[in-house]
Amino acid sequence: MKKKSGIAYFFRTPIRRWSWLFLGPVIAAFIIGFVWPFIQGIYLSFCEFRLTSDAQFNGVKNYLEAFTDKSFMHAFGYTALFAIVSLLLINILAFAVAYALTQGIKGSNLFRTVFFMPNLIGGIVLGYIWSMIFDGILSKFGTSILQNSTWGFWGLIILMCWQQIGYMMIIYIAGLQAVPEDMIEAAKIDGATKWQTLWKVTIPNVMPSITICTFLSLTNGFKLFDQNLALTAGQPFIIQPDGSTIKTTEMLALNIYNTFYGNSSISHGTAQAKAVLFFILVAALGLLQLAYTRKREVQQ
Amino acid sequence: MTKQQTLIAEKRRKTVLSVVLAVICIIYVLPVVSVLINSFKQNTFVKTETFALPTAKSWAGFTNFITGMTFGNYPFWKSVAYSVFITIASTILIILFTSMAAWYIARVNSTFCKIVYYLCVFSMVVPFQMVMFTLSKTADRLHLNTPWTIPIVYLGFGAGLAIFMFVGFVKSIPLEIEEAASIDGCGPIRTYFSVVFPMLRPTMISVGILEIMWVWNDYLLPVLVLDINRYRTIPIHIQYLKGSYGTVDLGATMALILLSIIPVIIFYLFCQKYIIKGVAAGAVKG
Repeated sequence: MKKKSGIAYFFRTPIRRWSWLFLGPVIAAFIIGFVWPFIQGIYLSFCEFRLTSDAQFNGVKNYLEAFTDKSFMHAFGYTALFAIVSLLLINILAFAVAYALTQGIKGSNLFRTVFFMPNLIGGIVLGYIWSMIFDGILSKFGTSILQNSTWGFWGLIILMCWQQIGYMMIIYIAGLQAVPEDMIEAAKIDGATKWQTLWKVTIPNVMPSITICTFLSLTNGFKLFDQNLALTAGQPFIIQPDGSTIKTTEMLALNIYNTFYGNSSISHGTAQAKAVLFFILVAALGLLQLAYTRKREVQQ
Repeated sequence: MTKQQTLIAEKRRKTVLSVVLAVICIIYVLPVVSVLINSFKQNTFVKTETFALPTAKSWAGFTNFITGMTFGNYPFWKSVAYSVFITIASTILIILFTSMAAWYIARVNSTFCKIVYYLCVFSMVVPFQMVMFTLSKTADRLHLNTPWTIPIVYLGFGAGLAIFMFVGFVKSIPLEIEEAASIDGCGPIRTYFSVVFPMLRPTMISVGILEIMWVWNDYLLPVLVLDINRYRTIPIHIQYLKGSYGTVDLGATMALILLSIIPVIIFYLFCQKYIIKGVAAGAVKG
């Protein structure tokens, strides 16, 4: 025992002399790329500023403005609806596909390859591919995806399903393959139907995969930006009686972006406050969701 | 007899399932196929005959590809070159430095290391919008706004997931191997590079795949950090095709989209096994 701790001591001390080499680069980049911008971002959300150097403290005014901003509230409702619909559709479809692919049918590998492929295409490119397709269909009816917010909503849902089903499918397949074969066998011998086996044996056992997939699709839905920008960029717009514009298909991330960069003459304080609220929302949702589904996991 | 019947029913069920999946598969590749078809059509026909094969009238040959190259006041090959460079440099930087830091964190495990580790985990739940403005200003001030230096920004913002995955893996490596190396006279540097580094290979591939997919497709970070009049990546290039002209040449846009997804699909077909494994590993840990 004593000898071992001696070795550990001997082993640790010389490493520490090299901490600048092992930790230095990452810590320096991490401060530049995350820690400092994060702290500054929190501070600036309480300030009025155009550049980071001319900040003037103004308390919670930015937050009040963010909460009374109709376009922000609209974006919040729209994003929440989008996230819930896409979460349900993506997970149900991905699970169904994964379940089908683990039944030992011919061509499983080919199907898996094809279903996963859209994942590698970036959001901007995806948006333009689908805007061409939707406009190709809708132009036959004399309309466009940019003219109708319902089309815009379902268009984005279809796009996200196309992109994400393959990803979630991979995680579900890994989960399904880990379900002990003898458990399913035992259920069969006890006379359970296929349906009962699925609900009472398979699904409780893939709960960890469900946790991960619902977590990922929920946070992806809330953080969606590229696809939203490329497909509709918030169109169609509705001009309010008070002169402000509501971009009907604009999601939270795009709303924050537009508040920062859309109008260069106003203070960035409100935009930064929105960004902080957005961060709190995404972090809280993620944690709540994890805590909720973790409880339902089967202990093995 | 009944057993045989159930077997036949089972077989039939599987065939039906295969056929259904094959149909879904075809629907799944249609968007990519329609990009291919439309990249050979003249601009005016893309919108009106989106799903028809090019006819003698709508056929444009390779003119879309030729106009696409300089379309939007910025040469496409330059965007490709910057994208390739930024992706490769960022990935190498991230793999090298985060694996070193992760080994240090996992082995020394001091209070400071724990703080760094938990900060990294924390950074994974922070959406980019939270830091985008301040990050782009910080990068500007430190002159990190060129393709040659932007990998440092990627290292900083992307360190979280990589550190998290590497630390998890290093903790599963038995300490005895490194102790043996140090007794044999290896200093920390040699222990790391000739003993630990090779053992980290599986996680390096997973992290590498995830970083490549992220950086290659990323739009918002480079558009905010880089001076887009001088430097563009492929996603920026595609996005600015729309902004640069009143009307968009859809044929040329489709040609460029096709050119930008062909390398991705080739890369995917060759490294499919690693990509799927990497994605699964990243998801399970994230």
